[in-house]
Amino acid sequence: MNWEILGIWLGALVTLCLYSFLYRDNPFYKFAEHLFVGMSAGYWVIYTIENVLKPNWWQQMFPEGGGFNWVWVIPGIFALFMLARIIPKIAGLSRMALGMIIGAGAGLNMVAFFQTNAMAQVKGTILSLSSGGVWDIFSNIVLVVGVVSGLVYFFFSKAHTGIFGKAANVGITILMIAFGASFGYTIMARISLLIGRCQFLLEDWLPTIPRLLGLGG
Amino acid sequence: MRLVIPLAITFVTGMIMVLHFFVPHQPIKFLGDNLQEWYMIVASAAIFLGALNLMHVHLRKIKLKLKNWKYSPITIIGFLLMLVTGLIYGVTEGKPFDFMFMNLVAPMGATMFSLLAFFVASAAFRAFRASNWRATLLLTAAFIVMLGQVPIGAMIWDKIPLAKVWLMSIPNTAGQRAVMIGAAMGVVSTSLRMIFGIERSYLGGTD
Repeated sequence: MNWEILGIWLGALVTLCLYSFLYRDNPFYKFAEHLFVGMSAGYWVIYTIENVLKPNWWQQMFPEGGGFNWVWVIPGIFALFMLARIIPKIAGLSRMALGMIIGAGAGLNMVAFFQTNAMAQVKGTILSLSSGGVWDIFSNIVLVVGVVSGLVYFFFSKAHTGIFGKAANVGITILMIAFGASFGYTIMARISLLIGRCQFLLEDWLPTIPRLLGLGG
Repeated sequence: MRLVIPLAITFVTGMIMVLHFFVPHQPIKFLGDNLQEWYMIVASAAIFLGALNLMHVHLRKIKLKLKNWKYSPITIIGFLLMLVTGLIYGVTEGKPFDFMFMNLVAPMGATMFSLLAFFVASAAFRAFRASNWRATLLLTAAFIVMLGQVPIGAMIWDKIPLAKVWLMSIPNTAGQRAVMIGAAMGVVSTSLRMIFGIERSYLGGTD
């Protein structure tokens, strides 16, 4: 048995263990579920060390040319403060680290979200309602009316009555179509993953069985 | 008093990041650039905190023999396997860490997400009812998008894939944009509340 076949068998076994949940909760599923949780946690810890801590902290603190950059001790101390949460006596120190993360995150996200999720989306909605074919004009009208009425629906500071209420009703309609389309798209994404797993079992794993039993292949 | 220093840190770091965007000159630029990296480093400690907490929870389950405690060693062994192989052999292609990721973690992740197809479909079957015309619109939109994604849709009627593209690019974009713009306003207001110390529930205090 080589490493490739061992890998295929491991993948197939955990896949079958997880799919056994479709029958009902059972020890095989629980085994694979617990293994997945543990291995994923281990993966993310190593990923963080390799992709965040080594390049952004360690290599900055100890540059390649030699020397020691003491400024980078500060984020290290804050990171230790975060871990202090597991020791009840000094758990209060974690508030310092939380304060820093929340403050920097809020400041960073505030301008980034405003630029990408507000201004860029508004800019993308300023469309010509006169150029292009009839279908293009109709589509642009639906887009502009949909965005404006959707925003009206989300505006709760004014009662949804009169013209405002009618606009909000149009907004709900557009949102229902959008949620339906997103739902269908999500289902299909999951189905494609399911097809991928079935292909793996049928095309990669099953052919290894005759090979292992010495029946050719 | 216990909240004053964290709130001061939140205010100073938040203001530096906001100023960094509007004033790209020294010394704000230097402070903002460094703070962005510091933010990543400190935030990454949360991953370690989560991993330690996971180990603590499962060790406690084993110690007290709580429900399903027999599976807890599997979680601990899985975690240690990835951690030790990653630390000792590295993460490059062909190493044990990569082997376990490609043959265990990735297949289990894909299988878990594909399982959701069954549960979402089952939940939708039970929850969705064409009770009014808007619910019918939602169902119809979902049905057209699903049909438009697969070859059978075009076999039934060649306009179905086009309808799917239109649904995704026009009404869906309009709805998502409205949600995104609304969410962005929410992020801006919540961020301001946090920076100015009005919202402080994240520190364990009262709002």
